[in-house]
Amino acid sequence: MSRENSLVSAQWVEEHLDDQNVVLIEVDEDTSSYDKGHIRGAIKLDWTTDLQDQVRRDFLNKEQFEALLSSHGVGNDHTVVLYGGNNNWFAAYAYWYFKLYGHQDVKLLDGGRKKWELDSRELTDEVPDRAATTYVAQEQDRSIRAFRDEVVAAIGSHNLVDVRSPDEYAGRLLAPAHLPQEQSQRAGHVPTSVNVPWSKNANDDGTFKSDEELQKLYAEVGFDESKDTIALCRIGERSSLTWFVLQELLGKKNVKNYDGSWTEYGSLVGVPIALGDEPGQADGKSA
Amino acid sequence: MCGATEGGLSLAGVDVTKEAVIQGKVVRGGDPVGGAYVRLLDRTGEFTAEVPTSATGHFRFFAGDGDWTLRTLAPKAEPVDRKVRAAVGSVAEVEISL
Repeated sequence: MSRENSLVSAQWVEEHLDDQNVVLIEVDEDTSSYDKGHIRGAIKLDWTTDLQDQVRRDFLNKEQFEALLSSHGVGNDHTVVLYGGNNNWFAAYAYWYFKLYGHQDVKLLDGGRKKWELDSRELTDEVPDRAATTYVAQEQDRSIRAFRDEVVAAIGSHNLVDVRSPDEYAGRLLAPAHLPQEQSQRAGHVPTSVNVPWSKNANDDGTFKSDEELQKLYAEVGFDESKDTIALCRIGERSSLTWFVLQELLGKKNVKNYDGSWTEYGSLVGVPIALGDEPGQADGKSA
Repeated sequence: MCGATEGGLSLAGVDVTKEAVIQGKVVRGGDPVGGAYVRLLDRTGEFTAEVPTSATGHFRFFAGDGDWTLRTLAPKAEPVDRKVRAAVGSVAEVEISL
């Protein structure tokens, strides 16, 4: 993969607003953002209702995903362009999710909703009417999704990249600071994981930094090219953005996103946890 | 906004005793600025969170004890940085003028 294959600019989107082969999809943490105005022609996917099983903590299964995309008029041959607020956190999560189910042509709008707004580009409240399709998904590509046992087994052996803010990593906060902090799980991080906050991937306007800057960022924390990699955060959306940077922009091999992330790991009984700003030893004790 | 109550964002539903709240309003020439982006930077300047302001220009963070910086980005304005101290059990109110 490369920047050209996985990222489009706001200008590109503006030039393709009437391209029938391009489907714009907004996915936001704040699921009401779309209703306050969105890019013309864009449809909305709600990550809490559309993209999650409503009983178990898991994604839609293949048939549910097929039904969702079919009903929204997304076809297998469409170029899907995802964007959203919060510097594309949930759009990147949806990107990874589309890849998980094998959609070939999916891209992120560089800078997402914020860049679009800061450029004072047009938003509309008109909801498009798209004809239904018959979407066919692939089986989940488990090569990009990590589960809890793999994370525990990866301690001390894989690149574990925790992309939360430094205060969450150290255990001083339990959630991103725009959310209430009261949580049931323990604070801290997976021992031996390095902290590369997702925000270091992005400029202030939400666009991604250059490949050279990104390469340097991971080299500086000792990213080992010979090892497999797992990215994690709190619920797997910010780490989707880092997964995107590592695998799609920088072309690194064998990168997985752990969607269980800290809300799962920090609730497991008996697993090691490291506190403070350092990665810590494999058993959770400080160096 | 005409007729709006003066003062901070309502804290209904927030357990202030357990949170270090930083909240406030972004204004330009006295008028509220909706759709601005306020980001919370930690004591080292690292990004911690970001929210868009509401139609009434309001924003809110749940931080921790210590010193923080609010950086505000809005269309047609230079970024504005404001320092703020937060503590669990209190609400730090900040008005940011662009």
